[in-house]
Amino acid sequence: MQYAAELINIEKHYDLGSVVVKALRGVSMNFPRGDYVAIMGSSGSGKSTLLNLLGGLDRPTNGKYILGGTDVANLSDDELSYKRNQLIGFIFQSYNLIPQYTVLENIAIPLIYRPGYPSVSADDIKHCEELARRVGLSDRLDHRPFQLSGGQQQRVAIARALVNEPEIVLADEPTGNLDSATEAEIMELLGQLNREGRTIIMVTHEDSVARRAKRQIFMKDGLIAGEGIFPG
Amino acid sequence: MFAQNTIRTVRSAMKSLLLHKLRSGLTMLGIVFGVFSVIAMLAIGEGASLQAQKQVLELGATNIIIVSVKPPDESQQSSTSGSRVLQYGLLRSDFDLLTSTIPTVVSAVPIRESQQHVRYLDKEMNARLVGCTEEYVAMNHLELERGRFISEQDQLNMLNVAVIAREVADTLFPLTDPIGKSIRVDDNYYKIVGITKERTASAAIGGSLSGQDYNKDIYIPLRTFFVRFGDLIIARQTGSFSAEQVELNQITLKIEDSSQVIATSESVKESLKLTHPRKKDYAVIVPLELLEQARQIRLIFTAVLGSIAAISLVVGGIGIMNIMLATVTERTREIGIRRALGARQRDITEQFLTETIVLSGTGGIIGVFLGLSTPLAFGLIRSLMKSFLLEGADSSSEAGRIFFEMEPQIAFWSLPLAFGISVGIGIIFGLYPARSAARLDPIEALRHE
Repeated sequence: MQYAAELINIEKHYDLGSVVVKALRGVSMNFPRGDYVAIMGSSGSGKSTLLNLLGGLDRPTNGKYILGGTDVANLSDDELSYKRNQLIGFIFQSYNLIPQYTVLENIAIPLIYRPGYPSVSADDIKHCEELARRVGLSDRLDHRPFQLSGGQQQRVAIARALVNEPEIVLADEPTGNLDSATEAEIMELLGQLNREGRTIIMVTHEDSVARRAKRQIFMKDGLIAGEGIFPG
Repeated sequence: MFAQNTIRTVRSAMKSLLLHKLRSGLTMLGIVFGVFSVIAMLAIGEGASLQAQKQVLELGATNIIIVSVKPPDESQQSSTSGSRVLQYGLLRSDFDLLTSTIPTVVSAVPIRESQQHVRYLDKEMNARLVGCTEEYVAMNHLELERGRFISEQDQLNMLNVAVIAREVADTLFPLTDPIGKSIRVDDNYYKIVGITKERTASAAIGGSLSGQDYNKDIYIPLRTFFVRFGDLIIARQTGSFSAEQVELNQITLKIEDSSQVIATSESVKESLKLTHPRKKDYAVIVPLELLEQARQIRLIFTAVLGSIAAISLVVGGIGIMNIMLATVTERTREIGIRRALGARQRDITEQFLTETIVLSGTGGIIGVFLGLSTPLAFGLIRSLMKSFLLEGADSSSEAGRIFFEMEPQIAFWSLPLAFGISVGIGIIFGLYPARSAARLDPIEALRHE
């Protein structure tokens, strides 16, 4: 079986001059296609570092990270940018939409940076509109982020994460800024995506959120401390 | 595809800039005024030099002008001794020598002139009486308003005829037609046969030739001048007499071709050195040389003015850099988002560089249009200064004359130049902020509040 992502003995050290901080101390993990994982752990446990590595924002000090079949651990900055663009969809706690862009333009941002830089075609726009419809925002296409509620902004972010058909969707505390009703909506949306076959890796420290994933991984001191399985 | 992407980048840059309209506008203002001042300064420099060139060309590019000069030591003596006949200047034999021995001379005009009191009935004025030949009118680019100029017949018969300038006609004949009337100079009467058109006075050039005002002239045949006045002219000035004996005041030579002017002027100088061995009581003026000087002065002038203006462009560029650095800090998070979504460092550099170029380019375009209004603005400033500051200092002083008679000439090459410089400044001063934006660590940038 091919994995969507595979970590082999990943280490990440931060050299702070006088001391070397070992944020990850040999993490190995597999994420099969269609997996839905929640990574949990207290702050300082290394879960953010792990997420950054998974997202291709950072490179490990040691180890292999196989993403969509290729080792991306030692790629150049430009190549890593392409991998992020093509294989990763990001969902952030604070939505991270670009304020001067409309909903539709925000969804289309990853299209701008596609390898080879093809221009955004009418078909692409149709695709974006289709995604907006899926997350329930087809009547808000020309709105700016500040005109939307938190839940709506996160839906835009989800649509944006999906626009390039990524291998995995990475969600960093996706409901951290939302009330519980909206949280339920967003989690329902993510669950739906997973049922359609998307691989979702999510960092959270809320049990209620983590419980919705198929697997829960607990981290402590830069290592995987344990794995619990709840019924998906 | 490439063009489409560029359009999209530019549009996105505009969107970001329009987010802070006031800030972008103020930043742009630096470039606007920089470009404006470059164009305006070059226009003023060009206008001043064109004016100087025009003056030189009025003297005639193919002319050589030889004037009698009072030797400095002699004039001192004459003032102390009260009344003494001072003899100096060009001789009639010089004229014959030059015209007969130098083959490149096409035509030559000898001139004898003197300040004289002129009257008609109860009107009177001081005018410059010029004894000249019929070629004078063509050589000095004078135009006749009415009547005719002095003819060869007048010359041969030594007739008492005169051609007067517009201003003389206005002063002496405010109500009547001057043609056919007779004016009195000294004890003789001269019949007016023509009136010359008004002509702007030429300014002094480089100190070697004093400015000439053609509007107070009375022209009579040279031979009439010799017969009526002779060579000796006595002037009475507050109790003392001064007498000067001059045969010719000026000889103007017209040379066949402008390429021969310099060589001919050399031989003129050599010839005159032989006939005036004791003192140098003449000066040889070559307008072509002056033209060359004027050209060089113009180059220096333009370069100095242009670089002063360019400094203001650099200041504008620093303003842009400052704002772009602030923008990068402010939009650190946006940079992080874009990097996370797959933007390469180059994409971020391009994005911010495009913003600076759009900013400076728009400023440049506005500056060019402002620059086109230079003549208008200059006229406004001039009229303001005329009414408030420089009362009396109109065309009497050298500087005033240049300032008040000069028209700024927009050098059309300066428009693309100034625009190009403004875009170039956008690139130079935008590069550092854009590079520093691109080099941000995406993780840090995403964490930035």
